[in-house]
Amino acid sequence: MLNAADLSALSITLKLALLTTLILILIGTPLAWWLARTRVRFKPVIEAVVALPLILPPTVLGFYLLIALGPRGPIGRLMEALGGRPLAFTFAGLVIGSVSYSLPFVVQPLQGAFTAVGRRPLEVAATLGASPMDRFLTIAVPLARPGFLTAAVLGFAHTVGEFGVVLMIGGNIPGKTQVLSIAIYDHVETLEYAHAHTLAGGLLLLSFLLLLAVYTLNRRFRMV
Amino acid sequence: MAIEAHYVVRYDDFVLDAAFTAPSRGITAIFGPSGCGKTSLLRAIAGLERGSRGEFSIDGVVWQDATTFLAPHKRPLGYVFQEPSLFPHLSVRANLLYGYKRTPTASQRVSFDQAVELLRVAPLFGRYPSGLSGGERQRVAIARALLTSPRLLLMDEALAALDAQSKAEILPFLERLHGELEVPMLYVSHATDEVARLADHLLLLDGGKVRASGPVAEMVTRLDLPLAHSRDAEAIVSAKITGHDETYDLSHLEFAGGRFLVPRVGLALGQPVRLRVQARDVSLTRERQSGTSILNSFPAIVDDVAEESPSQVLVRLTLSGVPILSRITRLSAATLELEPGRELFVQVKSVAVLA
Repeated sequence: MLNAADLSALSITLKLALLTTLILILIGTPLAWWLARTRVRFKPVIEAVVALPLILPPTVLGFYLLIALGPRGPIGRLMEALGGRPLAFTFAGLVIGSVSYSLPFVVQPLQGAFTAVGRRPLEVAATLGASPMDRFLTIAVPLARPGFLTAAVLGFAHTVGEFGVVLMIGGNIPGKTQVLSIAIYDHVETLEYAHAHTLAGGLLLLSFLLLLAVYTLNRRFRMV
Repeated sequence: MAIEAHYVVRYDDFVLDAAFTAPSRGITAIFGPSGCGKTSLLRAIAGLERGSRGEFSIDGVVWQDATTFLAPHKRPLGYVFQEPSLFPHLSVRANLLYGYKRTPTASQRVSFDQAVELLRVAPLFGRYPSGLSGGERQRVAIARALLTSPRLLLMDEALAALDAQSKAEILPFLERLHGELEVPMLYVSHATDEVARLADHLLLLDGGKVRASGPVAEMVTRLDLPLAHSRDAEAIVSAKITGHDETYDLSHLEFAGGRFLVPRVGLALGQPVRLRVQARDVSLTRERQSGTSILNSFPAIVDDVAEESPSQVLVRLTLSGVPILSRITRLSAATLELEPGRELFVQVKSVAVLA
């Protein structure tokens, strides 16, 4: 059914999606928290930038990332100056691309969840002696739990499903940067429909199960 | 020792500029029409109002002034909000412990068992806020606030969202609180019955400014303030149960200006009580009446007279210093030749006893 190349594409995909989700939760949480509470005037600018990947063709994002990460791009040069290698066509490059591309899928549910928590529970916690960090961890995060679940699953699933960005900056190197969606494309190009079916069907099922889990769990959270 | 406050908070369409001094013991009611700034004032005291400027100190400890701003979580206060504010993801017990655990042991003066007993919340421990009635939620919220051993308890219309029954269920708890714990309270309300029952001191807010403040018995009878002119205008009289009449089943309630006889109340001798005497239940006579069914008659001196309508006047009298109101017709006032300083008799038709 699956050959070695398929299996490595699967493992790279899962690794990429897990790592991306983890990084996105780590940077998305403070960003979403800030967006949900700030009253600064340039907030719409930040919100627009975060939402850009939603409407931008992935190839556009991939193209700019390729230039930035490449040997002559600002980030690439910085990497070289620090004694590293340019990030284009590497797994690390893929992670950076995925993080940028899936950012809104994590930040928006979190921002919505934090906004829904509102100020009141945090004010109450303050009058009960909880410091800002304390009330964030013991009140805001638990109350925003459905948002975290949605954010993690959407971030993960969206990363699994990406194509354009990965193709642009990953370069489709089997065993290194070739992910499932691109492997499917390759199989179709070479008329290996059976292979394509297996992978495509697997992805379809995985995506459905993930979303089903989100909706089921979120319903249960709301009932508590 | 006292609470001293002066706050200025600017909103788009409203300025709160309130300065007041209140005793740092007992219950001070903050009273006024909705939109007068009561809640803003309370939030400013708690440090929750961004952009508030001002000073606040209690018994000489400064929470806020030109150079100091204690963060809300560093102010030793308890805050009970109008709407339910329990944390939905925590059980009742965990809600109660939330503030208790964060109070340094050295400053814990209210024990867990004491607050739990006072508000009778032990049976609710394992339940979640979503499964509680409105009255139960507020009881838990009050116990939770008390468990931080606050130096000051802020209550923002804590009973306003409750139906009459839940309200009647909580009022006795607040009275016990008042009696058993020495925590001063700022109690925001627009319900006169709550004020009459609980408050020792009254702060009248209007349009973001302090209109007047003083002892509650004084404030509700001042003719220059709106409270005395409400339909249910009343005087609040502090009294003590001094005896019971077994033959006619009456109780003797002694106050500074004499002794009331009322249908027997089931309270112990020596128990302090508050009496509400409505202005419409007080009539005036030039001589002490004999041959009347009215039991309660006292000598009084007219203190102030205000015309309320072409037909009615409101009279403020003092009974050995205790102020009382009487609403009579303008004709009667003319016949009695009422003017400040005149001595006459008041007849009180009925009294409500607040335990």
